[in-house]
Amino acid sequence: MFIINCPYCGERDQTEFTCHGEAHIARPDNPSEISDEEWGKYLFFRENPKGTHFERWTHDHGCRRWFNVMRDTVTDQIIKTYKMGEAKPVISNE
Amino acid sequence: MSNQNRTIYGGKVNREKPINFVFNGKSYIGYQGDTLASALLANDVHLIGRSFKYHRARGILTAGSEEPNAIVQLGLGARTEPNIRATEVELYEGLEASSQNCWPSVNFDIGAMNNFLSRIFPAGFYYKTFKWPPSMWLFYEHFIRKAAGLGQSPTAKNPDRYEQKFYYTDITIVGGGISGLLAALGAGRSGCKVLLIDENPELGGYLLDYNFSINEKDGKKWLKKIIDELNGLANVVILKRTTAMGYYDYNYLTALEKVTNHHVEFSSTLPRERYWRIRSKKVILAQGAFERPLVFADNDRPGIMMASAGQKYLSRYGVLPGKSVVLFTNNDHAYLTAFEFVEKGAKVTVVDTRDLLNARISEKCKSLNITVFKSYSVIKTYGDKKVNRIEIQQVDKNQNQLTGEVDNIHTDCVLMSGGWNPAVQLFSQSRGKLKYDLKINTFVPDKIIENQKIIGSNNGQFNLQENLNESFEAGIAAANELNFNSVEKVNWTGKEEIEFTHSDVEPYMLGKKKVTKGSKHFIDFQNDVTAADIFLAQREGYISVEHTKRYTTTGMGTDQGKTSNVNALALMSHIHNKPVDEIGHTTFRPPYAPQTIGAIAGRSVDKLFDPERKTSMHEWHVENKAVFEDVGQWKRPYYFPQNKEDIHQAVKRECLAVRNSLGILDASTLGKIDLQGPDAAKFLNMIYTNAWSKLEIGSCRYGLMCNEHGMIFDDGVTSRLGENHYHMTTTTGGAARVMSWLEEFLQTEWLDMKVFCTSVTEQWAVLSISGPNSREFLKDLTNIDLSKEKFPFMKFREGEVCGVKARVFRISFTGELSYEVNVPARYGRYVWEKFMEHGKKYNITPYGTETMHVLRAEKGFIIVGQDTDGSVTPSDMNMDWIVSKKKEDFLGKRSFTRPDTARHDRKKFVGLLVNDKKTILPEGSHIVEKALKQPPMKMLGHVTSSYYSPTLGYPIALAMLKDGFSKMGEQVVVPLMNGKIIEATVTDTIFYDKEGKRNNE
Repeated sequence: MFIINCPYCGERDQTEFTCHGEAHIARPDNPSEISDEEWGKYLFFRENPKGTHFERWTHDHGCRRWFNVMRDTVTDQIIKTYKMGEAKPVISNE
Repeated sequence: MSNQNRTIYGGKVNREKPINFVFNGKSYIGYQGDTLASALLANDVHLIGRSFKYHRARGILTAGSEEPNAIVQLGLGARTEPNIRATEVELYEGLEASSQNCWPSVNFDIGAMNNFLSRIFPAGFYYKTFKWPPSMWLFYEHFIRKAAGLGQSPTAKNPDRYEQKFYYTDITIVGGGISGLLAALGAGRSGCKVLLIDENPELGGYLLDYNFSINEKDGKKWLKKIIDELNGLANVVILKRTTAMGYYDYNYLTALEKVTNHHVEFSSTLPRERYWRIRSKKVILAQGAFERPLVFADNDRPGIMMASAGQKYLSRYGVLPGKSVVLFTNNDHAYLTAFEFVEKGAKVTVVDTRDLLNARISEKCKSLNITVFKSYSVIKTYGDKKVNRIEIQQVDKNQNQLTGEVDNIHTDCVLMSGGWNPAVQLFSQSRGKLKYDLKINTFVPDKIIENQKIIGSNNGQFNLQENLNESFEAGIAAANELNFNSVEKVNWTGKEEIEFTHSDVEPYMLGKKKVTKGSKHFIDFQNDVTAADIFLAQREGYISVEHTKRYTTTGMGTDQGKTSNVNALALMSHIHNKPVDEIGHTTFRPPYAPQTIGAIAGRSVDKLFDPERKTSMHEWHVENKAVFEDVGQWKRPYYFPQNKEDIHQAVKRECLAVRNSLGILDASTLGKIDLQGPDAAKFLNMIYTNAWSKLEIGSCRYGLMCNEHGMIFDDGVTSRLGENHYHMTTTTGGAARVMSWLEEFLQTEWLDMKVFCTSVTEQWAVLSISGPNSREFLKDLTNIDLSKEKFPFMKFREGEVCGVKARVFRISFTGELSYEVNVPARYGRYVWEKFMEHGKKYNITPYGTETMHVLRAEKGFIIVGQDTDGSVTPSDMNMDWIVSKKKEDFLGKRSFTRPDTARHDRKKFVGLLVNDKKTILPEGSHIVEKALKQPPMKMLGHVTSSYYSPTLGYPIALAMLKDGFSKMGEQVVVPLMNGKIIEATVTDTIFYDKEGKRNNE
């Protein structure tokens, strides 16, 4: 059970949050112009990495805001949380 | 004679305070301070139960939570609990307990014949024997469960209350032995918030039972001073009788506190148990260690117990479990118990597997008249319901075998000590890695993952002197790491008569060479797993520890192998001639000990299990005998029966009332979202499939929402209240989902859009009146001009209804002339009652969800989630009319042209009329190409909605049918579960008022 640092509320128990899968998958600007393959990629393809993963979470039982979480899927450590619209953090090789 | 095994003095029981209790129907007397186990031993009761598989006589092995044998059924009636360890139960007046797994009695148990048939019950017996045919397993299982049972579950509802507590602290320390106490003192003096958890009623752990000195003075007094100081620290919270059960990510611990289990009367103010959910910045594990049994033939008879348990019964409870005692050991420390027993009047013989003995111990044994058999092993024991004789034989270490004459010793109690295993369960749950320590021959903590320390014997450190100072400093260091000030270190000098040393624990050894024949060398007492079973598993290829565990069931009892795991692994190492490290160990999982489900549930039971949502008219519905239906968490009237009507009669009456005069529905549960902002219209254009830019103020429009896969996921009417202000309605069950959906896109995708969404579902009570008389009815109650010209269909007006400020929407889900009157929720019942009163002359009829469903089905209006299932597009539902061709983009649009979505032979939404004009097709029935005698049949679709239509006088159905739009007028067949085959005609989906005149009136 994580403790998640909501960028708006601070540290809260995981039970207050919901995870919504991979982050930084932008909706194509011009859906009608792209191929089925490109649209399929947006709809269905996800990274599922072993290691650093970027995820969208909501603080449902709190501020109801969406934000991003950078988490290591091996150690389950949350490396960083940040607001929507902020740049994707760089993965360091430490 | 009562308490015949009680010593005259000594121990912490109060001999002035006798306590009456009953075991297996017989009354006994124990004393205040006893456990059930100590009181039974004091009364010379050694036979406590029968073992799981062979029904062998079993007694008391330990004196703590690791007990595998002495498990009993505690209490009676609704409060009875199975599988309770007698070693943990504090005695209270009137306690009643009984043996488990025996019939007709523990003394004469028919199941005991399994013991003599044991050759046909080896490991894997059940897997091998009852495997075929698979269909017979359910039959076998009934008998197997009966024969190999544990205790009985109560059949009545538990009357007790259980509480939960969420707790946040700086440091949690698990274990109130010497290490935990000193760590708590170090951290406590530093000023940080400390939670100390211990499963016993008294703090002190191991040191409560053994003599020791601190700075050359009596250690017990020193211990009391430490505990007194801790009790005085405001920042230290101590939980006794509390077992840490689970250790999860981010230092999240769960613990079960027994609050009133040990009370005579159950309290009306206190819960029975309290379940703690603890978050701490740091955790210090100081759980200590379990003594390890030795493995020899028939090592399970009553009267054979751990040396440390014998020590505890004698020193803490003043109970001498035997008069003629054998200590079987492979280490020095257990000699302390031999000395203690001699001092209290027992005759002691020692069988030591080692050939060299510390000179000081030798001398003391001589002075106390203790005979020591060096380099000997117990090879067999005798005694029906209690041990009465043992056989010993010399061990030839070089040959790893037994030699020489077999000697007999008559005895009434065997104490055994095979060394100690750190209680690494919680550490392991926290993903800490273990390593095998060859010096003490057990697994010890190696790599820590969480923000955690592990100290004392829990960490494989058994020396008192070292533990004293290291534990205290660990507490200080932990506080320090959390930025609390350092406090002064203290140097205590601690001494035991015989110190634990690393070198004096002999490696595991097997008592007898041929373990596969005849007698049983028990490894796991609770699950009756013998050394022979472990051998068998290896021979049959179950070589990985996880396989051996499951095949033999070793470590799978309610004790989770606290006494057996290391011995099983050591034996595997012996068989494979590999170091134990390479054998590995099984995974420890929560809970650490059995725990009641009631405590996990806490107060979330009955009415509090799931919230109930009720509309402001709810009580009126109750008073008027509504039958309710759950829709999500909402309670909605299903129908309103009158004069013993059944559902069909009531629904028929309600339907006809709406079609012919006036009906009223409580529609308050519909999801309602208030949208405001300059980009609201732009936003709606993206969310809905149709166009919203031109919707005028005061107008309503129906909309469909699709997900990005192009599949329908909600629908509803949205109205424009003002320039930048919209009122959206959703399905009752979909309200929260739609709200999240809107927020998701506003917050993650279109951050520049200026729109606010607010859920107003519970702010408005909605009274939906429907029927040809609804205008006539409403016009007397409102200042809104209801004339057809001024307030046409699909418009919205504000005004007063029954003197209450209201929003009235002229929209219809029945196909009749309808008004949805929204008033502030607190006026809901007031307006409802006014409506009922004024409506009498129109025979106003309240109707429920079933009538609503029938009426809308007659009109072919879809219900999202009933007629659709997340895999249908607007086109599949014949709703292309609501999909904008002009809009560049909206959610789901792109997916409409994906090859699979654009396919023509998808299932399409059609109507079905049964040819016999009377069968109501069950919803979910399959439409098949050709009806055969039995499946498989080629399926063409399924029925989604089906009702008897009171308006039309015959049944109607809605269905999804493959390529349905091109099958209008064709015949299809629907086979029913009862074997009947029903023929039906495919129609369009509107059965009544196809032109839609009635709602336009």
